[in-house]
Amino acid sequence: MGDSAYSFSLTTFSRTGKLLQIEYALNAVANGRTSLGICTEDGVVIATDKKLASPLVDIDKVSKVEMITDSTGFVFSGVGPDYRVLVRKARKSSQAYKRHYGETQPVSQLVKQTASVMQEYTQSGGVRPFGVSLLVAGVDGDGKTRLYQVDPSGAYFGWKATAIGKNYINAKNFLEKRYQDDMELEDAIHTALLTLREGFEGEMNSHNIEVGVVRNGKFEVLTPAQIQDYLDEAN
Amino acid sequence: MSILEYNGAAMIAMAGKDCVGIAADRRLGIQAQTVSTDFTKVFKMNDTIHVGLGGLATDVQTLHNILKFRMGLYELREEREMTPQVFSHLLSTLLYEKRFGPYFVEPIVAGLDAKTNKPFLSSMDLIGAPVQTKDFVVSGTCTGNLYGMCETLYKPDLEPDALFETLAQALLASVDRDALSGWGGVVHIITKDGVTTRELKGRQD
Repeated sequence: MGDSAYSFSLTTFSRTGKLLQIEYALNAVANGRTSLGICTEDGVVIATDKKLASPLVDIDKVSKVEMITDSTGFVFSGVGPDYRVLVRKARKSSQAYKRHYGETQPVSQLVKQTASVMQEYTQSGGVRPFGVSLLVAGVDGDGKTRLYQVDPSGAYFGWKATAIGKNYINAKNFLEKRYQDDMELEDAIHTALLTLREGFEGEMNSHNIEVGVVRNGKFEVLTPAQIQDYLDEAN
Repeated sequence: MSILEYNGAAMIAMAGKDCVGIAADRRLGIQAQTVSTDFTKVFKMNDTIHVGLGGLATDVQTLHNILKFRMGLYELREEREMTPQVFSHLLSTLLYEKRFGPYFVEPIVAGLDAKTNKPFLSSMDLIGAPVQTKDFVVSGTCTGNLYGMCETLYKPDLEPDALFETLAQALLASVDRDALSGWGGVVHIITKDGVTTRELKGRQD
């Protein structure tokens, strides 16, 4: 990691005690397309806005919600290429876990591992922090569903529901009003879609958003057809 | 002389009705010379897992320490206990990592699934090839004797007290015809209510 000429870290403390590179990374996240997640007892939903620059883009080939193990998935806001590096590393680490223990890596362990990688990039020579915040949906070692956010600094938080990226403040307020502890997964998916629509520029349809769901201990990315069904129900 | 026969060992693990037992001899020798008659080869890893490590004594102790280390880390990180299946898989991976310079230990794992109370038994060779069985597993310098005794005396679904008798008789009879194992024995019976440990007095030769 880093050239021999760059054995020093590029992320250094300011006089006021801040790590400016991390602050700037968070700005990159806040400029990214909105993502959100809701955690219920019977499942987790994560979703993101997939709007792209031109109608000529082959949007179905773009993949923002990614499976890491068969019971966990990621979505992000921020710099896409940085995200793909993290997805690769997370997939490799969870396969290594399976190889050692014979079991699927619980989501809390995956989150700790990924957060640890992101923190390394704030304290290593010649590298910059990742310009993404992740939302991680999955099943934990105790069998319960979890939703985590991981930031460029490597800090991670468990959430009942949250939003990141553009317009995240409005989205979080919306979620706060609608979230209930005894929500069911189907309600959560509807709420997630409504929240996404709130801040959506232009018309939201089943091709310009992406939704991932943890259901019955398994993670899946919904097809446009499945999303369309939910959108139809909402109307 | 095989390095696996340098110190001597005999061990059996057997499944009963909602219980498992694991037994081992007590001898530590340096080839023909007996050096200790209270050498521990079976280790409690947690309330539901016992591991028997038979083979070169230095590797028995080193592997035990490595397993304690890995288990401790797992429990701290995951905030839950390791299950026998995960432990066995981990042990297999650990051994294979030393494929071209192995630990000279052939372990057996005995455990109880915490939720179902079903017995778990596995054994592996020194490079981690695992085998899972429903009845019994053996390891050591007299495996021929051990297999013969177990095959003869074993019955499925034995209660803990009967399991103890079966294990004790199988072990004691097997080690008598092996110069490198014996000098006493230990039997652990594991049930959901706890572990009962008994020492065996056999032929002291």
